[in-house]
Amino acid sequence: MQTRRDFLRSGGALIVSFSAASAQGPFDTHDSHIDPKKLDSWLAVGADGTITAHTGKCDFGQGIFTAQTQLVAEELCVPLSRVKLIQCDTAVTPDQGTTSGSQSTPANFNSQGLALAAATAREALLGLAAQKLGGSVDQLTAADGVIADAAGRRVTYAELVGGRHFNLPLDASAKRRSREQWTVLGKPVPSLDRVALMTGRFEFVQSVRVPRMLHGRVVRPPGMGATVASVDKGSVRDIPGVRVVVRKDFVGVVAETQYQAGLAARQLAVRWSPGPELPAQRSFFEHLQRQPSRDTLSVDSGDVERALGAAAGVLRAQYRYPYQMHGSVGTSCAVADVRAGRATVWSATQSVYPTRSIVAKLLGLPLQNVRVIYVRGSGCYGLNGADAVSFDAAVLSQAVGRPVRLQFSRQDEMMWENLGAACVVEHRAAVGADGQITVWDRADWVASLGNRPGYDRPGNVISGMLAGYEPEPLKPGPAKAPAGKLQNQSNAVPCYFAGCIDGNCGGGGMIRSERVLTHTVRSPFFTGPLRSPLRIQNAFANECFMDELCAQAKADPVAFRLQHLHDPRIIGVVQAAAKAAAWETRAAAPAVRKTGVVRGRGIACVDYEGGNGYAALVAEVTVNLETGVVRPVRFVAAVDCGPISNPDGLRNQTEGGILQGMSRALVEEVTWDNRRITSADWETYNSLHLDYEMPTIETVLVTPEGVPANGAGETAITVTPAAIGNAIFDATGVRLRELPFTPERVMAAIRENRA
Amino acid sequence: MQQITLRVNGRQHAVKVDPETPLLFVLNDDLGLRGPRFGCGMAQCGACTVILRGQVVRSCVMPVRAVGDDEVTTLEGLGTPEKPHPIQQAFIEEGAAQCGYCLSGVILTAKAVLDGKPDASDEEIRIALGGVLCRCFAHTRMLRAIRKYASGNRQHANPA
Repeated sequence: MQTRRDFLRSGGALIVSFSAASAQGPFDTHDSHIDPKKLDSWLAVGADGTITAHTGKCDFGQGIFTAQTQLVAEELCVPLSRVKLIQCDTAVTPDQGTTSGSQSTPANFNSQGLALAAATAREALLGLAAQKLGGSVDQLTAADGVIADAAGRRVTYAELVGGRHFNLPLDASAKRRSREQWTVLGKPVPSLDRVALMTGRFEFVQSVRVPRMLHGRVVRPPGMGATVASVDKGSVRDIPGVRVVVRKDFVGVVAETQYQAGLAARQLAVRWSPGPELPAQRSFFEHLQRQPSRDTLSVDSGDVERALGAAAGVLRAQYRYPYQMHGSVGTSCAVADVRAGRATVWSATQSVYPTRSIVAKLLGLPLQNVRVIYVRGSGCYGLNGADAVSFDAAVLSQAVGRPVRLQFSRQDEMMWENLGAACVVEHRAAVGADGQITVWDRADWVASLGNRPGYDRPGNVISGMLAGYEPEPLKPGPAKAPAGKLQNQSNAVPCYFAGCIDGNCGGGGMIRSERVLTHTVRSPFFTGPLRSPLRIQNAFANECFMDELCAQAKADPVAFRLQHLHDPRIIGVVQAAAKAAAWETRAAAPAVRKTGVVRGRGIACVDYEGGNGYAALVAEVTVNLETGVVRPVRFVAAVDCGPISNPDGLRNQTEGGILQGMSRALVEEVTWDNRRITSADWETYNSLHLDYEMPTIETVLVTPEGVPANGAGETAITVTPAAIGNAIFDATGVRLRELPFTPERVMAAIRENRA
Repeated sequence: MQQITLRVNGRQHAVKVDPETPLLFVLNDDLGLRGPRFGCGMAQCGACTVILRGQVVRSCVMPVRAVGDDEVTTLEGLGTPEKPHPIQQAFIEEGAAQCGYCLSGVILTAKAVLDGKPDASDEEIRIALGGVLCRCFAHTRMLRAIRKYASGNRQHANPA
């Protein structure tokens, strides 16, 4: 078996030719020493012709490792096997911030970042070849790492720069290969991790082992806000070799084996002073609306009150979205080696550079003495426990002076992660006599505490807070008038809004009497980005309410959407999904049966973040009127993310996103009592297991010309709860305005509708 | 601490551990295996699954002393990257994963079911997978891969 040390040694050998950059001293962005403006920070041609590429965007199962490898192979005109991609290591890769928000594709597949580096390298190689062979660049062709001229003279990349630096800046005018030329990019290349995954050889961060490594566990408080009163270190004296580490309210143990560390964590006697009581779950949404808030106006035409006052009938509705969890299958894990004033952390963080900053701060080390190396963990879907466990492992390792591997228990993970935010959305709108929406006013209340730690906020996750750092403060205050370009505010702005600010209308829709006001309020639990953060919440509220307006107008849900849209890309996905689903045009007025199992279909669409990908989804569901059980039977999705890097990867993301969205729509909800989160394992936090009878999924890929590449991992999930909700309405005539659509909630709504 | 002998993936191993240690920790920490992984420690998710005596077992809750002389098979014991087992091959061909952390539970459970009942129906396979959790929701591809493996087996068993 290859050990971690061998791995580092071989990796190190590879890095040597590279890290000459580190001798050049610190550069500009975020104290990173790797200058993103230099080609050598991104790419190198080895003496054997291998292309080594560095990226700051990492793969956690979404397929971006394979897609980036394809990108480099495409731009350099070499086979996939000739490219070695190194992702997210603060010793060698450029600082590209956090891999999140569906931003990897926009950052690295258009005209910047890795794409620009690869295009610059190809042009530089062609230029060098022209010099060497004599003649002009346009007479040359590159293929398989060899450049040839019309006379058949050849020179290899290795002969041109093999083992040496380019010593060139990135060239903003370097041309990408056009979509028509692509031979590797845009193809359904099998993901490169498959064989290792399926045969059990893949190295997850949970598999990392280093010499002389000890095992840690954390001992978390019994509830939010509890503080350490005393720790009886003697209570674990009978377990050989156990060390207890206490730092303010952070408590952990370190032992020789995982088993002993687990025993010690359970056995350690800690007295805690309880924190304040939690707000009651049953009245939590009312509680949210009563809190002081920081307000943001995304758009305000100034006339909504007058228009609502003048309207013949105003439709009002309130939508509620619960806290949900990342709930990674593998609990978060990190290995830290902090010795002699230097730290190395093997981490599944989405943010190696920010994590380096926080680790340096927590340990009191200079930034340049800390290295964070990304190693993939269990799928994270956003800010799971990966950052927190990295900080904790570093603190434990520093305290004991040996490498420490720390993996959270299931409860450590689920009681203390940064949850997907709960929120309330209230709508008021009216439809005119001509069937057009005349006015739409929308306000939401979003629970927020902490977030990604960034470069300087350890307290944004539990580890930092326990160690004595505050989360980013939330200062209540009124909203400023909207100014500048329209901010879509995590899709709080419905895609049907014209989105006009000072006469510039940045929205994709027709509604001009419009207002979107967001109230951010303090959450009793940590919150943070969970796949489609706030976008899924907002799309649920917006797209279901759009359906309510449609029903009031007695219009067809597809036609009604189209008549309020002008953005061709969102129109494109709505039409494509409707066509693929063989959508039958009819007014949104369900024929309601009273008994048995009824069937319905619904549609929802999104302009993700306002211009970062488009999706429309048709859901077909059955609803059992006796039991309230909702069963999705078919989904038809249309997705437009611009040029597609890997259609197989895109389909995989779309299918998985829809099913994850379905699980979140049907069963997922965080629960708590007066002190603590009570949904802390898979018995208490529901997720659809593999025995769930799966619906069929069809995906249509829409690829307009002349648009940039967008993110694609979060578009389909964003519209799934709304599409299901609209299909339930079509089936039953009952509108569900709170997630998840549990049988109890469905039955209660059906009974209320009958009464 | 106690000397314990284990047969894992066709090889004999002697380890010195507390006999109460969960089998999973021995597989990961003492034998360096990466296939079975810690997910919950409570037999709720299947990420730590191994095969023992023809049955799937949650190695996170099985003390190593309870293993005895019987062979333990982990995901890496089925096949190698060069020569994957046919069920692994089906998963490779279908790209039936995203993060892949859950794969021991999915692949080994499906294999155990189909070994016991080669003509198991889709529904029987599905029900057997009830204790397995995939949070990336790669379900569609996984079930497709399992069907592919099952139909390959049936063709193999009943050549036309």
